Amino acid sequence: MTKRLAFRNARLIDPATGLDTRGGLLVENGKIADVGAKLFNTADPHDPEVIDCKGLVLAPGLIDMRVFTGEPGSEHRETLASASEAAAAGGVTTIVTMPNTDPVIDEAALVDFIKRRAAATAKVRVAPMAALTHALEGQRMTEIGLLREAGAVAFTDGDRSVANTRVLRRALAYAATYGVLVAGHAEDPDLSNGASMTEGEFATRLGIPGTPSAAETIVVERDLRLVELTGARYHFSQISCRASLEAIIAAKARGLPITCGVSAHHLTMNELDVGSYFTFRKVSPPLRTEADRAAMVDGIAEGHIDVIVSSHDPQAADTKRLPFAAAAFGAVGLETLLPAALTVVHNGHASLIEVLKAVTFTPARILGLDGGKLMKGAPADLVLFDPEEPFIVDPDKLHSRARNTAFEGRKFQGRARMTFVGGECVFDRSRERKH
Amino acid sequence: MTSAAPAPILQSSHLLGIEGLSASEITGLLDLAEDYVKLNRAADKKAATLRGRTQINLFFENSTRTQSSFELAGKRLGADVLNMAVKNSSVAKGETLLDTAATLNAMRPDLLIVRHQDSGAVELLSRKVDCCVVNAGDGSHEHPTQALLDALTIRRRGRRFEGLIVAICGDIAHSRVARSNIHLLSRMGARVRLIAPRTLLPADADRLGCEIFTDMREGLKGVDIVMMLRLQLERMTGALVPSTREYFHFYGLDREKLKLAKPGALVMHPGPMNRGVEIDSDVADDLEVSVIQEQVENGVAIRMAVLDALSRNLAKGGRNT
Repeated sequence: MTKRLAFRNARLIDPATGLDTRGGLLVENGKIADVGAKLFNTADPHDPEVIDCKGLVLAPGLIDMRVFTGEPGSEHRETLASASEAAAAGGVTTIVTMPNTDPVIDEAALVDFIKRRAAATAKVRVAPMAALTHALEGQRMTEIGLLREAGAVAFTDGDRSVANTRVLRRALAYAATYGVLVAGHAEDPDLSNGASMTEGEFATRLGIPGTPSAAETIVVERDLRLVELTGARYHFSQISCRASLEAIIAAKARGLPITCGVSAHHLTMNELDVGSYFTFRKVSPPLRTEADRAAMVDGIAEGHIDVIVSSHDPQAADTKRLPFAAAAFGAVGLETLLPAALTVVHNGHASLIEVLKAVTFTPARILGLDGGKLMKGAPADLVLFDPEEPFIVDPDKLHSRARNTAFEGRKFQGRARMTFVGGECVFDRSRERKH
Repeated sequence: MTSAAPAPILQSSHLLGIEGLSASEITGLLDLAEDYVKLNRAADKKAATLRGRTQINLFFENSTRTQSSFELAGKRLGADVLNMAVKNSSVAKGETLLDTAATLNAMRPDLLIVRHQDSGAVELLSRKVDCCVVNAGDGSHEHPTQALLDALTIRRRGRRFEGLIVAICGDIAHSRVARSNIHLLSRMGARVRLIAPRTLLPADADRLGCEIFTDMREGLKGVDIVMMLRLQLERMTGALVPSTREYFHFYGLDREKLKLAKPGALVMHPGPMNRGVEIDSDVADDLEVSVIQEQVENGVAIRMAVLDALSRNLAKGGRNT
């Protein structure tokens, strides 16, 4: 029997086609069967299940290209299941997981493990990236061909840069053989060694060792040269400063097959937000100057930065309740990705559809995924949200197993009301218990 | 018995590579080698072509099969053959290549067969001696007698070079066999495809006049000849290729991939093979498609032809000077 679900009276936004209209959407057997302005306008749908969207935005579910979990190896921080709870509550329907686990995802059997565990325990889709080098050591390339066949969507050493240029050149050339995507973290490990925040006046006043933004730009420029040499498809997972963006804009103008992302943190905070040694705002790359943050917003507004990611990185008290320099990098972010991205809209820098594109259609296109669009035949991965709804981030109400949010107490506008994966409701805020 | 001096085949007094050879020189060598295939199959395999000549095999890099092939070729033509064991020689005691050349030259050999691990070393040596020099493989540069024996094998299987499609698969970047074959096959009118992951393709490989494929299945479609190359062990451990199992999965020649080639396509390999790395035993041992053993047999014949042709360029009195 065909399983149907109807949405009516929605503000449909499809960044893939530029659609932004009142209308309806029909789901059949987990896929979008029909969508349009006229659908369910006059006659009520005669389907058993109808959701009246009351003018709220119905958009493709978010695809978050940078998510760390603790499974396998650090399940006390986060499992695929708990990360998927947080994702669903944030309107994220696909999480792209990093291989930085224990063991590292550098074997085909481990990609298979992630996929099976995700199918068995996760509420949202999980698309694993695999390691580019064995054990993330930056010495020997992984079995890129076999890992791709096992289901790895891209290759990365996660939060590490491959320091050895010769190793990276060969890995990129080998990756180009199969046309697979390589995602890189741009931070020179020697320049940033021992640093906890961005170098400058504020770090000096705090007495915290800093890393210059050049540590990022040097790697960006190096990697661009290697992309030019090898023809590999390359994605800078996240950039954080103006100089990196300028290098990428110039390289795109030369026609290089590159894309880049920025984290929600780097769009909404600067170095001053580290405040009085707030370790939950210790992230990698570090929060930069206000001029750099403004450049990131411009990058989104002008389309030079392709995607926005949460850089969700769950850390527990054992790694965060420490002096600033000793604390681990990283903050959770799946539930705040959409609200943080919407600040760019509310501040008048970019349109809603442009911002949504950076978390739906563009990541899908870069990764070659089916989702990220409201089109007939696409998977019914959807988020229903009120872009105006005000709320204050309360760490106790987060769904992630770890609560190390950088946005505690932050006032945002707009968050997910309901989330659907393959036509199934995986989150409904009206059913959340009240605190 | 006296007869007219045999016609010269080669322009040069050395065989350093295929790149400098003309189509008629190549054809001349192949024609001559046909005669030696017949001789080698006879009960009496001995000729007197090189009687009184001295041949020295100087192998700086170990190669039992190539050295044996040259040794046998020289002996069947009646030459006195000396194998210099470089490992135990003064080279091991720090003598330079050119000092070695001068020393050997003083022993007045007529033919010097040289294998060296460095590209260009054989040519350097050839400038310092008065005899004929044959390149038995220099670094990643050339291995002319291998390409000639491959050509002889193809021709003896009734294939014409004009329009023939040959796929060379594997570690092209480091292969002297690939380079010599590219030169020879292109010169003779064949179309050459190179199939390898990008890490094993040399820079600007397309400028050598070849078609480049990184997908072996695409590259094998409709080819007449599949030439597999040996993957050196040190290249397999993550530096250029992640693992042998991944290499075999994507670039190993097995029955399934071979089906994409033209029906009746021949499989070649310069040896020694890494079974289960670049070639499946199922294919390597199938005498219907694999001509690997014929390559070895033709190797002796082609080397006899080369020695014969070069000796025709030797001055009557003995050496060139």
